[in-house]
Amino acid sequence: MRFFEFLGKYYILMTKVFSRPEKIKIYRKRILFEMEALGFNSIGIAAIISVFMGAVVTLQMSINLESPFIPQVLIGYATREVMIMEFSSTVVALILAGKVGSNIASEIGTMRITEQIDALEIMGVNSAGYLILPKIIATVLFFPFLTVLSIGIGCAGGYFVSILTGIMNPDTYIDGLKMDFKPFSITYSLIKTAVFAAIITSISGFYGYYAKGNSLEVGKASTKAVVVSSITILIFNLIITQLILIG
Amino acid sequence: MIRTENLVKSFNDRTVLNNITTVFEQGKTNLIIGQSGSGKTVLLKSLVGLHPIDSGSIYYDDVCFSSLGFKEMKDIRQHIGMIFQGGALLDSSTVEDNVKLPLDLFTNQSEEEKLERVNFCLNRVELLNSNKRYPAEISGGMVKRVAIARAIVLNPKYLFCDEPNSGLDPVTSCVIDNLIKEITQEYQITTIINTHDMNSVMEIGDKIVYIHQGNKWWEGSNDDILRSDNKELNEFVFASAMAKRAKLATL
Ligand SMILES: Nc1ncnc2c1ncn2[C@@H]1O[C@H](COP(=O)(O)OP(=O)(O)OP(=O)(O)O)[C@@H](O)[C@H]1O
Ligand SMILES: [Mg+2]
Repeated sequence: MRFFEFLGKYYILMTKVFSRPEKIKIYRKRILFEMEALGFNSIGIAAIISVFMGAVVTLQMSINLESPFIPQVLIGYATREVMIMEFSSTVVALILAGKVGSNIASEIGTMRITEQIDALEIMGVNSAGYLILPKIIATVLFFPFLTVLSIGIGCAGGYFVSILTGIMNPDTYIDGLKMDFKPFSITYSLIKTAVFAAIITSISGFYGYYAKGNSLEVGKASTKAVVVSSITILIFNLIITQLILIG
Repeated sequence: MIRTENLVKSFNDRTVLNNITTVFEQGKTNLIIGQSGSGKTVLLKSLVGLHPIDSGSIYYDDVCFSSLGFKEMKDIRQHIGMIFQGGALLDSSTVEDNVKLPLDLFTNQSEEEKLERVNFCLNRVELLNSNKRYPAEISGGMVKRVAIARAIVLNPKYLFCDEPNSGLDPVTSCVIDNLIKEITQEYQITTIINTHDMNSVMEIGDKIVYIHQGNKWWEGSNDDILRSDNKELNEFVFASAMAKRAKLATL
């Protein structure tokens, strides 16, 4: 029952978010601002986790695939595939759900309880559109860049570890990276990221927008935003994979 | 002019406003007074449509505001200025951008014209040299004044103020009261102010509506208020020592 209530309220909010903006120019400015706040400022964390993940995947593969029957070139290949297919889209999205999602929910939630949203409404502004739409557009456009970056940095992480530990031949690793590359897998990864971006921003915006009460409630709203967007991301990961790869 | 007819508002079966029928006139400062929790803020928010009402009607001049759809309500709201109890400035924008926002959204003026208007309004509330500061960096009284500047920047026809001078020192309070009264007369605005400051009541109360436990208990002018024999109103008004002295003086 609660689930259907959530869906109904979410749908109503989204119709408000996607209704025609008052002034395109203002929105354009806000989109650029949000791209910096939500996208550009997340480059650091995306880069750090990617380099470590790439390194550890390569390390694990080298340790566990040590067998004369498995060519070493598969290690680079596997690292690349792991990064593209799941890590740089899904896992990065989960991390961003924590960072960006809590940020959005607490920002909008605070605006709600300090009557800033009411003030916008009184001015005749569509507050849902004004606050949430630029964030959705900014993240849907920017997060795919983070994914591409993460793939690159993750593969580089594997390369570094092969040099630093000497666990495998770096040149073989590079050969593996280039092996049997299907460009479509990148497209698949980017589609997933764009969907996840929309999920994170709209769900966090939802919890912030409907926050009420005091700072305690805003805290709860931002926790909920992170939990619900993470679970939704995992569910959609399954759905999209089924649709695109298996069809 | 804003008129309410049998306005009823409740939250989960608890009636907060009960059958309020009254008129707020144009060019006058209309005050809503009452104890904390009596329903002043709920009344003000119902008048502007932030709280949907249960029954009754609200008229803005000849338009029945309470039966308008979302779209038409938005059109009327461009003529509304509102000052919230806590100021409600946008935290992420500077003072200047806060005041400029309505101009950005609803006019096609050039950047210079907009800045000129912003500075005029900030000047009006005696706030200079704070344009580039953020709401967190200015004092509570300054926040209130920026909120006033923002509320009047589009020359509203209706102005709503929720305790515009609560928490301010007596001097600043007076400045703000007089400012609101001045612009109300100058631009013939329909102004409605929530307050429990007896000083404001005596100074600028053209019309006063006293709300007691969600009911309209009394209405009249500030001259009438001292002569009223309404028991609850008297208890409210003469709770403050200064008003008591004023009463003695009139006897
Ligand atoms: N959103 C809400 N949900 C439920 N009850 C509410 C809500 N807003 C206000 N109330 C109730 O309505 C009553 C009137 O509240 P209101 O905020 O109008 O008081 P007020 O007269 O403005 O008081 P103050 O002078 O302290 O600001 C209170 O008892 C309050 O508990
Ligand atoms: Mg109040």
